[in-house]
Amino acid sequence: MLSDFFKRHVRFSVIEPDMDDLLHKEQAFAPDVKFRHPDAGARLEVRHLDLSIGTQQILKDISLQIPENKITCIIGPSGCGKSTLLKSFNRLIDSVDGVCMRGSITLGEQDILRSDGADLIDVRRRIGLVPQRPCPLPMSIYDNVAYGCRIHGIRGRRQLDAVVEHYLNEVGLWDEVKERLRESATGLSIGQQQRLCLARSLAVEPEFILADEATSALDPQSSKTVEDLFVKLKEHYSIIMVTHTLRQALRIADYVVFIYMGEIIETGNAGQVFHHPQHELTRNYLSGVFS
Amino acid sequence: MKSKYIEEIIVKILMALSLLAVVGFAAGIVYTVFHRGWSCITWEMVSSLPGGGFYIGKEGGFLNAIVGSVYIVAASTFLGLLVSIPVVFYLNVFLKSDSKFAYVARLAYDVLFGIPSIVYGAFAFSLMIWLGLRTSLLGGILVTTLLIIPILIRSMDEVAKTFPRDLLDASYSLGATRLETMGVVLRQIMPGIATATLLSVGRAIGDAAGVMFTAGFSDSIPTSFSQPAATLPLSIFFQLSAPQAEVQNRAYAAALVLTAIVLVISLAGRFIMHRFSKNKI
Repeated sequence: MLSDFFKRHVRFSVIEPDMDDLLHKEQAFAPDVKFRHPDAGARLEVRHLDLSIGTQQILKDISLQIPENKITCIIGPSGCGKSTLLKSFNRLIDSVDGVCMRGSITLGEQDILRSDGADLIDVRRRIGLVPQRPCPLPMSIYDNVAYGCRIHGIRGRRQLDAVVEHYLNEVGLWDEVKERLRESATGLSIGQQQRLCLARSLAVEPEFILADEATSALDPQSSKTVEDLFVKLKEHYSIIMVTHTLRQALRIADYVVFIYMGEIIETGNAGQVFHHPQHELTRNYLSGVFS
Repeated sequence: MKSKYIEEIIVKILMALSLLAVVGFAAGIVYTVFHRGWSCITWEMVSSLPGGGFYIGKEGGFLNAIVGSVYIVAASTFLGLLVSIPVVFYLNVFLKSDSKFAYVARLAYDVLFGIPSIVYGAFAFSLMIWLGLRTSLLGGILVTTLLIIPILIRSMDEVAKTFPRDLLDASYSLGATRLETMGVVLRQIMPGIATATLLSVGRAIGDAAGVMFTAGFSDSIPTSFSQPAATLPLSIFFQLSAPQAEVQNRAYAAALVLTAIVLVISLAGRFIMHRFSKNKI
């Protein structure tokens, strides 16, 4: 009798937190929207990526594995290929003339570089983007968040309402805008616009978030808000961030990739790279010899 | 320091004078038309067809010309937009910004933009003779469409060129296709489309030379595309050419109607434009 009780108790104590965690995650991800890919939790991996634009080689033999549920900061001097690498992940680099890529970028089983049509759309949905400068779509605040859901086939009014409220809450914007959801998104402050862009990306339930210097156009206060958001969001998303500000990387990065002249010089946990850099170039960059 | 100050004053005065000249001309035209037209316009004139001997001073009206003009302008604007919006999308969304094809296409539209409407009319007329067609409403609509397409494309293109590329990336990054992204582009360039439509409506309704050869003229309202149609500018022309002062005054009544239509369309267009540009970034 007593042993039975103990068994049950012990089993519960092991299972309970897991169930809780699962339920919590489920709730946090989706108010009734089931976009999540069956392959969710897949790894994003770059292998021997060479990228050139015209005759100029921008990235050389990049190999990298993006750690899950962490903030990966890509750092390096201007023009070293950080943004190009970031744009390769969701193939937005395609819009640049004369791009040639070799090697592979895989998301689970899917080869991103060879994806086309529906596969590419799927990749872009699974890897969200927060642009450098906030870029709200020319529509209302509500429609900005609902846009992604609409193009992926969710049109139910109630469901969209729930999505919009959920993700505006997620980025801490709901209370600020709930009275004016029908107003133009351009009426928001720059910081609010950037959070709206983040909510818009989250609404299609990506697994990865790409942020290309997402705070560089913002004032310090808004910048701090967005940074805090990223730290909060990494619980459910893997975030890849290009940043120019070393201090920012120091504050929020879990994993750091240092690129110089199109090559990865050093990667590792933030603490290790920032405090015990292995490579001479990394040391010089961190100490401000070049920037 | 002092000369700089004087320079500034001179330039300011020149600018004010230019503005005054433009506003003065516009006001002068509107005044003349209203002054001469208002005194002789009657309800009968705008609501009835020309009776026998209307052009020598007998009774009747020019409803045929009003309806003909409205038919031609509405249909040609619709057709024009149907052709030019895809062209603008193709030039700005599908082609790269430094595309040679886009350069040649823009050059071609610039050339078409500059061709006088009488040339369009003559061209269409010779084509119609070759095909064995008679003057008809359809002919008028087609030639007016050809006439306004370059206006529509060039003025929409100017707005579409300033379209921020970031918006395209924002839409693509959510997994939108090019077709879905066009919806975003459309919203952004909507004020441009409204302006272009206004410009082309103004041009289409006021054009006499193009429709003279193709739509012909008729004292009745056309009931099919193959019948000839009257237009307001031609109606004004025929009445002004009459020797009787009374008939000439009626031309001003027709001009008044034409001006009023253009004014109403412009004001409505501005109102719509304002509504559409609400969300523009």
